[in-house]
Parts: sequence; C-alpha cells; structure tokens
Amino acid sequence: MAKVEQKTVPLNGDNAVALAVKQCDVDVVAAYPITPQTIIVEKFSEYVADGEVDTAFVCVESEHTAMACSITASATGARVFTATASAGLALMHEMLGVASGCRAPIVMSVVNRALSAPINIHCDHSDAMSERDIGWLQIYAENSQEAYDSIIQAFKIAENLDVILPTMVGLDGFVLSHTLENVEVLPDQAVKNFVGTRQVPQVMNHKGDIVPFKLDPANPLTIGPLDLHDYYFEHKRQQEESMRKALEVIKKVHADYAKLSGRSYGNGLVEAYKLDDAEIAVVCIGSTAGTVKTVVDELREKGIKAGLLRLRTFRPLPVEDIVSNLAGKKAVAVMDRACSFGGNGGPLFHEIRHSVYDLADRPQLVNYIYGLGGRDIPPKLINRIYSTLQKIAQTGQVDKPIQFLGLRE
Amino acid sequence: MSTQKKGWKDIPLGGACWKSSTEYKTGDWRSYKPVWNTEKCTRCMFCHIYCPEGAVKHNVETNEMVFDFDFCKGCGICANECPADAIEMVLEGKE
Repeated sequence: MAKVEQKTVPLNGDNAVALAVKQCDVDVVAAYPITPQTIIVEKFSEYVADGEVDTAFVCVESEHTAMACSITASATGARVFTATASAGLALMHEMLGVASGCRAPIVMSVVNRALSAPINIHCDHSDAMSERDIGWLQIYAENSQEAYDSIIQAFKIAENLDVILPTMVGLDGFVLSHTLENVEVLPDQAVKNFVGTRQVPQVMNHKGDIVPFKLDPANPLTIGPLDLHDYYFEHKRQQEESMRKALEVIKKVHADYAKLSGRSYGNGLVEAYKLDDAEIAVVCIGSTAGTVKTVVDELREKGIKAGLLRLRTFRPLPVEDIVSNLAGKKAVAVMDRACSFGGNGGPLFHEIRHSVYDLADRPQLVNYIYGLGGRDIPPKLINRIYSTLQKIAQTGQVDKPIQFLGLRE
Repeated sequence: MSTQKKGWKDIPLGGACWKSSTEYKTGDWRSYKPVWNTEKCTRCMFCHIYCPEGAVKHNVETNEMVFDFDFCKGCGICANECPADAIEMVLEGKE
C-alpha cells in the first residue's frame, strides 16, 4: 500500500468524524444529538439529505434506542455508526452490553463530556470511563486529525473476524469537537478500499447447519437469547479472548493505515514521547497529551529528562507496552480526567499502577485528577507535575499519592 | 439441554443458538398444572390461542384439548382466559 496524496481541510473534531464516517461506506447510522457531539449528527444528516451517501439514517427518540437500533442493524451484517456523549452514553449503558454480547461491531464516537449533576457540557472522561467494563474497545484521539484517522481504523478493527466487538473512539468535548484544525483528508476511494466490505464469520445454527453470523430470512438464526448458568460464562470468556486478540489487530490496522496516510500514533496502542531516556514521565489520555508534549519540549531544553506516555487504546489495555515503556523510570504521574469516587485514585491510575506492580524496578507513582467539567489544564499546571516528579525522583519519597490538580481549596 | 456441555472455544459467538428450542423442555418449571374439564369446555380454542408456549392443542379425532407437559410451564394463562371455566390450575401432584 503506497502513500496517497491528501487534501488539507480545516475541520473541527466533529466534522472530521462525520467526514470519516461518510467515507467509510456505512450502511446505517442511528443517532440522537447531544452536546458536544451534535455537529457529527447534523453534518452526517446533511450528507444523507444531499444524497452524498446511501446510508439509512434513523432518527430515534433517545440514545437507548439509538444503540438498540444500531445493534439490530449490525446483526443483519450491516456496517453501523453512531455517536454520543455524556448523559447519552449513560442512557445507552444497558444496550452497550447487549452490543458487545451480541458481537455487533458498531463504531461509535464518544465526544467526551462530564456527567451530570451539576449539569456540565464540557470535557472530561467520566462518561467513557464509566463504560470501562462493558466490553467495548476504547480508543482516544489526541487531536481532530487523529479522530478522523481513528474512525477509519475503528471499522477495520471492530469488524476484523478475530475481534467482532463494538468500538468507541473518544475525542475531547469542545477542546477537539468544536476547535478548527487543519486535517489531512484521504481521497474517498482510498478510504473505501482500506475499510473494504464488512465480512461475517460462519456459525452453527439451531439445525446444526453452518450459516453466516447475521440475521437473514434465508438462514434463520437467533443471536443473544437467554443464556443461564450453563453457557453465559463461556460467552463472556469468548469476549475476553477477542479483546486480547484486538491488541494485535489494532497494531496491524494502525500500521497499514500509516502506510496509506503517512501518519502514525506510536504503535496504535500507546505513543511514547521522548520517553526512551526519560527519568520522569507523565501518563495521560486524549488532548491533554498535546499540552504535555509542549511542556516536555521546554523541560528537555533545560536538560530535564522528562517524557510522556499517551495511552491511545484504553480497552483492551496494552499492558506489555505500559510495562516496557515505564520500566526503569524513577517517577511517573498518571493524569486522570475522571474521578472514581471512593476509589484508590482515578481509573487510569488503577490500570497503570496495577500494570507496573510486578516490575522489580517499578517507578514511584502519583495520581493527578484534573480537568473535571472542562477545567482548563494549562502548561503551568503540567510543569507543577514534573516539578513534583523531580522531587520524588531525587528523594524517593511520595508525600501525596493522589492529588487534585487545578482545584481551588 | 445436552448432558455433554461444550467449552467456550466450541460454541458459536454472540450466543447464537446452536440447538433448537424444542430441545429445551420447560415443563419442569411448572408448579401448577392445568386440569381440563371436557364437560364444561366449548372448544372455543382460547386456550390454544393464548398459550405462550403453543403447548395446548386440539385433537381433531377425539375432539379433546391436549396439553403438552414437556413445555407447559403452568403459567395459568389458559385457565385465566377460559370463558367456560373449563380449566383449573391444580398444584402439581395434587391433581
């Protein structure tokens, strides 16, 4: 696959997502608008109204129905996309488990926004982190370019026959969704060729015949019925296996896409920035990584060995990459844009600290909960993290393992 | 259900049914059993229509209502809907 010529288009994150979906030859979109995802649904419905796509666009009355509709469409073998945020994702919760359990490889963009109450429309990761264990892959973009690229990759990952699991692509509300950025856009045909047509595996039906895994009157099949103590556990084990296999699929799809577009984000699972010789490092998700990179550059100019590990894929968790990248670091700060109330730190902190526990030379770890409800995360706050990490690296002492960053006392 | 249960590597994904539901005998869920009274019954077939399991049939030869106790869950809908009070739900074993 050779690199293709691309156009530079000014797009905000939502429009970048809508354009990617348009190019992916999607059969069905069932969606309900919610801030800050609204532009995606508006823009895509324009494509439909203008006849630029032959997608069936279903206007639904709620996100619960958006997901129910997406699942049933996907069960017929269709390629399906939807989008949501915050309360919309929360309302989908029940159906998200049905999607993963029925092995519906839906792609959904989640424009990350705080959960009510108090009501807040701005960015944090509480919505998607609350769906951590629901069986969906979770990929988070750092910028609108990556949101565009990740949507295209997501169809190929979700529909891969070793995966067949629904996939969320997260992009930070307003920070990315409503901010104009130069986005390199692939030609329609190149995207169409890259994603191809959705394939379905063969399964045994109730008559013992081998039939395609889709709802089709020619080959009647029941998907996701009652499953008690005798088989439910086995089906859950299958989902876990597919999650493990998804790690390799994500890397492969990401590498193939890099050849086509010339763009890559680490290995598709994690992106290490100036981390090789770093003594202190930050781990984060999403657009904050862009600010952290700027701070890392400034610190490097001062001779401070600072680095960044950005988790692009949160589910499945790339444990090996986390371990190999953080081994030998003296102090690591994990930034959580979500709060696990009553827990021992934020959700990302749990994963990172747990992953490095078995390292003989594991780093000292601290957790910063930041940016809830769209609270700004300027470079000076990130500088404060690195200053603390330097102190920890020198003394080997952690005073406060879990802190709130940018919060008024 | 089968006595030899398959492992997770051998079953279809997504809970796709690889056995017919007719092999899943739900009759052992029953605690109350419908008892049919041939005298009162007008053969209106309401019981046949309302049964959610399709477990009530009419034998044309004998003109009798026949209950399939492999599948009758004892839900009592037939007795509830019967306009002639021709079906009585009786505790299993006490009929």
